[in-house]
Amino acid sequence: MTAHSLERKLAILSDAARYDASCASSGTAKRNSKDGKGLGSTEGSGICHAYAPDGRCISLLKILMTNFCIFDCAYCVNRVSSNTERARFSVDEVVKLTLEFYRRNYIEGLFLSSGIIQSPDKTMEDMVRIAKKLRLEESFRGYIHLKTIPEASEELIEQAGLYADRVSINVEMPTDASVTQYAPEKKPDTIRRAMAGVRMRKEAAKDKSHTGKRPPRFAPAGQSTQMIIGADGSNDATILGQSTRLYSSYGLKRVYYSAFSPIPDATAKLPLIKPPLMREHRLYQADWLMRFYGFDAGEITAGTDGNLDLAIDPKLAWALRNRHAFPVDPMRADREALLRVPGFGAKTVGRIIAARRHRRLRWDDLVRMGANMKNARPFVTLADWTPGALLDAPDLAARFAPQPEQLSLF
Amino acid sequence: MPHVALPHTGTDKAWRDAARGLVARRVPPDEVTWSRGAAEEDLFAQAPEQVAQTRATLKVPRDFVSLAGSVVWHRDPERFARLYAMLWRLRSEKGLMEDRGDAALAKLRSMEKAVHRDRHKMTAFVRFREIGARDLPRRRFAAWFEPTHFTLEPTAPFFARRFADMDWMIATPDLTAVFENGELGFAEGQPKPDIPEDATEELWGTYFRNIFNPARLKVGAMMSEMPKKYWKNLPEARHIPEMIASAGARAEAMQAAAPTLPPLRAAKITERLAAPSVVRAMADDLDQLRAEENACTRCPLYENATQAVPGEGPRDADLMVVGEQPGDQEDLAGRPFVGPAGQMFDRIAREAGIDRSRAFVTNAVKHFKFAPKGKRRIHQNPNTGEIKACRFWLQSEIELVRPKLILSMGGTAAESLTGSRKGILSRRGTVEETAEGVPVFLTVHPSYLLRLPDPALRDDETEKFRADLKSAQAHLEELRAS
Repeated sequence: MTAHSLERKLAILSDAARYDASCASSGTAKRNSKDGKGLGSTEGSGICHAYAPDGRCISLLKILMTNFCIFDCAYCVNRVSSNTERARFSVDEVVKLTLEFYRRNYIEGLFLSSGIIQSPDKTMEDMVRIAKKLRLEESFRGYIHLKTIPEASEELIEQAGLYADRVSINVEMPTDASVTQYAPEKKPDTIRRAMAGVRMRKEAAKDKSHTGKRPPRFAPAGQSTQMIIGADGSNDATILGQSTRLYSSYGLKRVYYSAFSPIPDATAKLPLIKPPLMREHRLYQADWLMRFYGFDAGEITAGTDGNLDLAIDPKLAWALRNRHAFPVDPMRADREALLRVPGFGAKTVGRIIAARRHRRLRWDDLVRMGANMKNARPFVTLADWTPGALLDAPDLAARFAPQPEQLSLF
Repeated sequence: MPHVALPHTGTDKAWRDAARGLVARRVPPDEVTWSRGAAEEDLFAQAPEQVAQTRATLKVPRDFVSLAGSVVWHRDPERFARLYAMLWRLRSEKGLMEDRGDAALAKLRSMEKAVHRDRHKMTAFVRFREIGARDLPRRRFAAWFEPTHFTLEPTAPFFARRFADMDWMIATPDLTAVFENGELGFAEGQPKPDIPEDATEELWGTYFRNIFNPARLKVGAMMSEMPKKYWKNLPEARHIPEMIASAGARAEAMQAAAPTLPPLRAAKITERLAAPSVVRAMADDLDQLRAEENACTRCPLYENATQAVPGEGPRDADLMVVGEQPGDQEDLAGRPFVGPAGQMFDRIAREAGIDRSRAFVTNAVKHFKFAPKGKRRIHQNPNTGEIKACRFWLQSEIELVRPKLILSMGGTAAESLTGSRKGILSRRGTVEETAEGVPVFLTVHPSYLLRLPDPALRDDETEKFRADLKSAQAHLEELRAS
């Protein structure tokens, strides 16, 4: 193998890292470097320092330590059977890139992942060494996200959580059967056990010891995971069911959905498709409904063929299927009912509840509070508005469907 | 008509002081004009004195203070007057700050939002270039930025907290922030200074081009978060047009490319990894039984649980304790009786004279059955089918350990061991037998005690449970003796 320049390595190893959807840098412990002895800060909310034309935020330096890999996962560009160009960063190269990018305000920190070389433990050990060097030798106080290798030993995962703000383990596919089929070397139960281990360590780090001393914090920004959408045959009901289980079982901060997207040098086992970006978007919306709007997965997909409607958002789709629950009177309805009105976000609902104590709300008030009245129209009654027969109109769903687009010729 | 000219820096505090003075003198909003900069007028010169007198009397909602603290940095020349008009109304209108339907407040809130966004975009899009030698004790950096509003002053402390071990300058047309040796200061605004390009920008461009996935072009999403007005000061933005233009062709090329043959080393590695799968016959020891339980798919419960939780304890234990099923904690840890009910059992068992370390503890059902509810898992009772499916494993454990007595706790264990869960409260404290003739001492499950809301009743039931365990221990000793 020829020796690559740093720039060439960066090109290869960021190209290889782009399929990880997460770039979050929020929700960790607050730190700064006001003492003048270190570099970096984290202040609660993350910052997206740039956006690429794929619409994704660039918050972290997201790279692989190496794209050499002994596993043969069909969906992955780095699988052992691919002929993609390989490279490997040294510990110092990753540390230097992170710090120099950070000083110029390009990034919030590092998201380090890796192909598996030699053994899971050896790989995890090198990743931990990078995080440790950044924290201890360079006094780096920015954000670090480590992708954890589920097969690595418990001590290494323990150390990863000590230096990283977030650790993540990808479940890769919505069902165990698909993991076994497309990622033959990965074991779904090992992945689950690793996520369980992270949750237990995080909880243990919260308990004070008998002397009242707090143990060091473990991954203060929690853990997340990712699954690939559209590579296997799982429907949205299965995917959301899996997310529900993951959220309830392992205290995950986020489940990321990654539309299966063409990779260079694809395998014949998994034909390439146009990435199902709209489906991915609807899944994120449904995920939001489950986490912040009190919906459960079953409700969101009940009455469908198991897949979300791509033309309208899942909340509107639910309301159209459940018209008996409407219209809702914003002056009287409780928070739970208000959260289910299409066009009302969580913030709008908070504003309605605060303002209605003082006076009667009208249409224009709701507009000013941020409600999307185009969607809310058939589902609310106000002093100056009743939906009348609109709510029961047979063509109501059709009115929300997007205008037909002229098909493109090419 | 009084006119208030506010200074270029410290505008927020100056507005607050001036407004307080005006309210104290009962000057209505339409009788005062405001400006940023310009010659200082009489009133402003007098303001501090009046402030001292009135500080205690003017009370406004805290929410308004933070609103004003943002809106003063907006570029709209009307911002000071709008804030003062709102302050004037707040003296008499209760609950005004909570009313997002109020038009004047909605306008101020939208200005506040614009300032927040502008500040946020500054923290995101300022790009430093190194201007000093690398080996200086404090490295030196500089940046040019063009904010939409007057946001450098309120945002500069963010950079001071983040980049405290280096010296830096952020120049904008309105104001320049300078951070040297840990001290933050401000100077006049300036035209765009000439800051030479930094070699690291090349690497950053490489990263930006390669982290982009050409198969998912979403230009609109990028433009809404990174509008074109910022592009001229972002080194990476120069690559965007080419990235968009070539994306379609790159994605098509990936789809059109025929699959290639794997490299030679691939087959060797894959072969080495494919662990030889040992076909196991009958379980002949506990470790193997554990492995088999973990691979169990006899009922659907394995789909949602983390792992099977096998029994634990000495191979030659003469007491076997059987609970219902693993709970949340047991499911995570892969060990039985470590959750709240298990800890309670341990405590009471110790009090009843049972040596827990010499007992084999296990469950009637090996996988956790639950219903997900937000961030929690709610325990569900296993049904008869699931209990039956798992009976196989419990039976295997009994055959391996050959206990003298089984302590059966709760309905599920009773159903699995004796075939019936009926009337457990009337059967508690008695000894029955498994189909194979092993004696089974029946009692309730400790989680039943945890669920009792009435403390007196709970104490009562705990006492009964302790008595049951004592009597089980006595029975065990009789069996040992015989």
